Amino acid sequence: MAKRYDAIIVGGGHNGLVAAAYLARAGREVLVLEQRHLVGGATVTEELYPGFKYSVFSYVVSLLRPEIMRDLSLARHGLEILPLESTFTPLPGGDYLLRGPDHAQTHREIYRHSPRDADVYDEYGRLMAQMAMAVRPILGMVPPDPAAPGWRDLQSLAQLGSHVRALGGERFHALAKLMTMSAADFLDEWFECEPLKATMSASGIIGTFLGPRSPGSAYVLLHHYMGEIDGAFRAWGFARGGTGAISSAIASAARSFGAEIRTNAAVQQVITKNGRAMGVVLADGEEIYARVVASSLDPKRTFLKLCAPADLPTEFREAIERFKIRGSSGKVNLSLAALPNFTSLPGMGMHLRGSISISPSMDYLEQAFDDAKYGEFSRHPYMDVLIPSLIDPGMAPPGQHVMSCFVQYAPYNLKGGWTDAQRTAFGDTVVNTLCEYAPNLRENILHRQVLSPADIESVTGLTEGNIFQGELALNQLFFLRPVPGWAQYRTPVRALYQCGSGTHPGGGICGAPGRLAAMEMLRDGL
Amino acid sequence: MRSSDCIIIGAGANSLVAAAVLARAGRKVLVLERLDRVGGTHASAELHPGYRFDTAMTSLGWLPPLLSRQLRLSRHGLNVHWAGMPLLALERDGHSLPLWRDERRTVRSLRMLSVRDAERWPAFCARAARLAGFLRSAYMLPAPQVPNPGLGDAWTLVQLGLKARGLGRMEMLELLRVLPLSVSEWLDEWFESDLLKGALGAGGVQNINLGPQAAGTALGLLHHHVGAALGDIRPVGFVRGGMARLGEALAAAAQAAGATIELNSAVASVLVRSGQAAGVVLANGSEIKAATVVSGLDPKQTLLELVGGDWLEPGFVRRVNNIRGEGIAARVHLALDGLPVFPDVPSGGMDALGRISISPSLEYVERAHDCAKYGRVSNAPVLEAVIPSLSDASLAPAGCHVMSVAVQYTPWHLRAGAWNAERSTALRDNVVALLDAHIPGLRARIQAAVVHTPADFEREFGAPRGNLYHADLTLDQILFMRPIAGWAQYRTPVRGLYMCGPANHPGAGITGVAGYHAARAVLHTKP
Amino acid sequence: MLPGTPFHSRTAPLCAAHNWRRWGPCVVAGSYDLHPEREYFAVRTSAALFDVSPLYKYAIRGVDATRLLNRVITRDVSRCRVGQVFYTPWCDAAGKVLDDGTLQRLGESVFRLTCAEPNLQWLYANATGLQVEIEDVSEQVAALSLQGPSARAILQHLCPADLNDLRYFHVMGSQLGSVAVEISRTGYSGDLGYEVWCEAAAAPQLWDLIWEAGMPYGLVPAGILALDVARVEAGLLLLDVDYTSARAAAIEARKSSPYELGLGWAVDLRKENFVGRAALALEQTRPAQWRFVGIEVDWLDVEGLFNAAGLAPQVPTQTLRASVPLYLSDEWVGYASSTVWSPITKRYIGLAHLRAPHFATGTSLQMEVTVEHQRRLASAKVVELPFYDPPRKRS
Repeated sequence: MAKRYDAIIVGGGHNGLVAAAYLARAGREVLVLEQRHLVGGATVTEELYPGFKYSVFSYVVSLLRPEIMRDLSLARHGLEILPLESTFTPLPGGDYLLRGPDHAQTHREIYRHSPRDADVYDEYGRLMAQMAMAVRPILGMVPPDPAAPGWRDLQSLAQLGSHVRALGGERFHALAKLMTMSAADFLDEWFECEPLKATMSASGIIGTFLGPRSPGSAYVLLHHYMGEIDGAFRAWGFARGGTGAISSAIASAARSFGAEIRTNAAVQQVITKNGRAMGVVLADGEEIYARVVASSLDPKRTFLKLCAPADLPTEFREAIERFKIRGSSGKVNLSLAALPNFTSLPGMGMHLRGSISISPSMDYLEQAFDDAKYGEFSRHPYMDVLIPSLIDPGMAPPGQHVMSCFVQYAPYNLKGGWTDAQRTAFGDTVVNTLCEYAPNLRENILHRQVLSPADIESVTGLTEGNIFQGELALNQLFFLRPVPGWAQYRTPVRALYQCGSGTHPGGGICGAPGRLAAMEMLRDGL
Repeated sequence: MRSSDCIIIGAGANSLVAAAVLARAGRKVLVLERLDRVGGTHASAELHPGYRFDTAMTSLGWLPPLLSRQLRLSRHGLNVHWAGMPLLALERDGHSLPLWRDERRTVRSLRMLSVRDAERWPAFCARAARLAGFLRSAYMLPAPQVPNPGLGDAWTLVQLGLKARGLGRMEMLELLRVLPLSVSEWLDEWFESDLLKGALGAGGVQNINLGPQAAGTALGLLHHHVGAALGDIRPVGFVRGGMARLGEALAAAAQAAGATIELNSAVASVLVRSGQAAGVVLANGSEIKAATVVSGLDPKQTLLELVGGDWLEPGFVRRVNNIRGEGIAARVHLALDGLPVFPDVPSGGMDALGRISISPSLEYVERAHDCAKYGRVSNAPVLEAVIPSLSDASLAPAGCHVMSVAVQYTPWHLRAGAWNAERSTALRDNVVALLDAHIPGLRARIQAAVVHTPADFEREFGAPRGNLYHADLTLDQILFMRPIAGWAQYRTPVRGLYMCGPANHPGAGITGVAGYHAARAVLHTKP
Repeated sequence: MLPGTPFHSRTAPLCAAHNWRRWGPCVVAGSYDLHPEREYFAVRTSAALFDVSPLYKYAIRGVDATRLLNRVITRDVSRCRVGQVFYTPWCDAAGKVLDDGTLQRLGESVFRLTCAEPNLQWLYANATGLQVEIEDVSEQVAALSLQGPSARAILQHLCPADLNDLRYFHVMGSQLGSVAVEISRTGYSGDLGYEVWCEAAAAPQLWDLIWEAGMPYGLVPAGILALDVARVEAGLLLLDVDYTSARAAAIEARKSSPYELGLGWAVDLRKENFVGRAALALEQTRPAQWRFVGIEVDWLDVEGLFNAAGLAPQVPTQTLRASVPLYLSDEWVGYASSTVWSPITKRYIGLAHLRAPHFATGTSLQMEVTVEHQRRLASAKVVELPFYDPPRKRS
């Protein structure tokens, strides 16, 4: 009989790799199985055209937990995170809103649009930083089960209780509102300037199937505020070499601890015996055995595809079926012969080195969402655009550039389905929309890669192409993620664990689910 | 100068309950009402000669037994008729779906639509009853102060915890899961019939400026379900003689307990001395002293207009200003010279008729709300109509009927310009056309039609921004966050000034309970 | 590029040091000369001209202007007569200082509020239900501060009215040459001085007028470094240096009440209400936890410490805007927030925050002094503020 591992990690995305690295670091024999030819899942860099490297799916990093970077010595394994300087919102009338790192300059710029908002902007920033601090400890903890608390859950609950009390009334109430409101309502309480509100609210809808006026979107706003690079709040960054560099660094760290990583090894099924996971069967029929199996795939894929129905209680299966994973965004990657020239702010400048947000107003975003609600891609989509080659020149040949456009909304369940013609029309919509602000873009496009949520699903395996592996909705957070009663990385199948973004604390290039899951496996005596 | 122990501003249902409870506790209570009648939005008027309409609130959802018992409301003339068929959902092709208080009858009618849905109905009713039951007990307790509860609050929390434990582990998790859900998601989990889901889903967004896909609207549905017996769905209660009788009964109860009610007395401002309420100034300039003032008006009017910024710090003012609740519902009142034909309703069914619903699918409701998001009246609005004269012949001439239609969404603030006669007429015509398409022959029966837009509600009832419910029932405005996070104890930063309107916990549709809790808060505070 | 002030066309050619400093939204000269000492001494011996345009300025008009300001500031505006100027702090609801500045009453219901940080939103937020117009005139209004013993004589050459009639902390409208101005008998130097306010467009003209009139008196253009020394001698607070605005404080401990900043005299609890009143009324009944005081560092002690290392004593010739710990027999009792060598009094002085009960005048303390990379303690004692208070300041 072949070798029996301590742990098999299904899926070589960043969470799978983090879990593997932590287990290997603890001296366990770990095997990571990745279906693609390269690791990373949605966190990959690929040179699709000679000289042009794309962060094909995920494209910025802010949520990666600093303790993971330290524990796994990711800097030593080649990870360098470069800062994004600014947020630039070009406006249809030829104006723009540009927020940069300088406080006084940003104040002046917002003042130009709304004097009152300029004053409030700082106050808002401080509140959000406080809120992020308030939530941070929760991100790093295994969710307690409040319905059937054991001793450890009671401890966590007590901890949580004293944490909440320590927040004090005002912050607690602000947090409660953040958890329940829509991004639009929350921002309306502070600001009046449309492009400012819209651009800020955009971070509340990224990766979700919510509009800025949908209750619950305010929390996602916070989720994105929680990003920290090197311990500094609110900083967004870009990994040198693209997001793939993050997976490579984690993979390299995992290997250095002794983990084995196999690519081109798609898992077909989890082998169980008497309600206990024994190993996995690969697509080619090979069977590999281990003491535990941990899946970093999303909950639907893990439980509905890899597990036999008989191994799962009916209510659990139903709950997983109800789990909301809704593909809502697409990605367009461009190779450019020259930089785009924005009508509202011509030439080169700080505005090109940060995030370029196509979000001129709240109505614009909400209307984009309306299209998606009824099964169309947005005719005027929200976009978060980046020119990575300006931050890391190595991403494109000298003088040329790559442009990454995250596009929302592109519903997975498109009316009529995602045909080639629809994909082309979607790509055209993206380019046309951008050309309204930077008309020279079209003539400079050398290559265009258009990814619908269906494409993202078929390449990465993420259900509906959702990068968060499940909506960050109120009823899918903390002890309810992915389903009530099973939020502690364990599953109804003994020795089968979940370690993907579908578990607490959720998506983004964060790594916390992988880390917390690894801790739980070790705690269970692995 | 005149004086009293307690002054109650407004004589709406909550105010009158507060007055009765305070007077029964021996306080000298003076109720000041701007209009020439009591009842507030529980109002009836003869809009067309011989036809008596309930102009604002058209039905009761729940009248807590505790209140009717304590205040002896039936002795004071209140008689409520609960409809046996709370919901009749109509489709354009003339099909309709009656939902009955009697679960088995509903199952039978559902079977025509979907065998699967019919099978699931009893389980859904049981689940809804469990969850609404928990809400019901939560509503009968004042909202606790969190995160730093006092002793009384802690007791409330313990009681709530025990109630929640009583639900059992899975039920409790289910409650936590369902409350923040959208009503669309929740109903999609249960049913497949668009007509059923549309009609039920409209209940989740009743008087709330949200669409059924919005998180928290499942709570909206359960909120209006708290009075339901098992099998019942969103109960519909008609007050015999018209809705105004409710106010009259409550006023009689308050007066019997010793409260004085003064009509035509508009309060212009609340007197504050050193941060303590000292009485009120009437519109005619006269002052009345009182150490306790309870306002049934909404928080914005109470705090920003009657008290004013001198006594409120800007952070608090901002939070008051941020209470959301724009009126998004209108009424179209129709005087009918006879009853149109409802083809699918079985014989005898009409007498039991509660709410007629034109809300054929969840997408229909969502699209209706899409218009409201951009400040437009829904092209195809959600309609919920009642014909109270079916069970109370005194409301209309013999053989004739009064029909009141709640129309949603009709935003108070229209981006195209303020409400005017032209826009009201357009709304009326659109509603009548829509009704006629579902109820053949209705148009021919109409003798008169009167429209009340949110602008009218604001003018006639002082409804803030045209919202009869004062504040939206959304996740961020419930329990300890209603009306403002941290100020859910009916108190205000001005000592001695309390609020008791529907913007307070537990909110509109739970008749009188906010007033009851507010009065208790007054009694529990040492002067 | 950060913008200059409306005087930039005049100040730029004079700024030999190219020492431009950020002040709020623009840049101003830190010093004009390569060394700012001459600029400082001009304040005390002749006259110095400062460009103070970066201050935030708000015009507040309307029937309820008094009511609005009475809600906001801690002093009683109804006691401020037309033509008078109030220095005042203002607080949040918890009675913690948000900012401080001067309020000029230009008419019965016309005011101008100047301050260091933006306060527009705060004014709006307090204006609920009031008939009042609040206008941010920061960019429209330019300001020069003429400080020093010769200030009056210089300005009198230009001003048709008798400046002897303009009393300390008063303001009047006037016309200097063809420039319409308001002249206030105020300043941040603790010396005789005036601040002159005009439309931004007339700024260069105003500079030229004063510059020419000042020539015979040895008028010196002066930068904020010189002003920073003068204001410490005068015992005047600087936001973000000597205290943190409650709006910007990351933690509670960084917030201060007016009482803790020595501004209790500016809190008028006789007013029925203003933002923070309840908290301040309560605080006033309790013993103070912190007090803002002056300290003088023992020179012989400092000299001794440096001599021991074989060095001549080194002291900050520019105001050191950093927190320096203060001890009382090994116990940390507070911190100095601004420390400087006072050239006119020849003393090593500082503005400091001390915990109860160590703030009584005369209390002996130790201040941390770094001597050749090592932390030492030098004796210091609590003294009355201000350090320098010439009679001409008020005369």
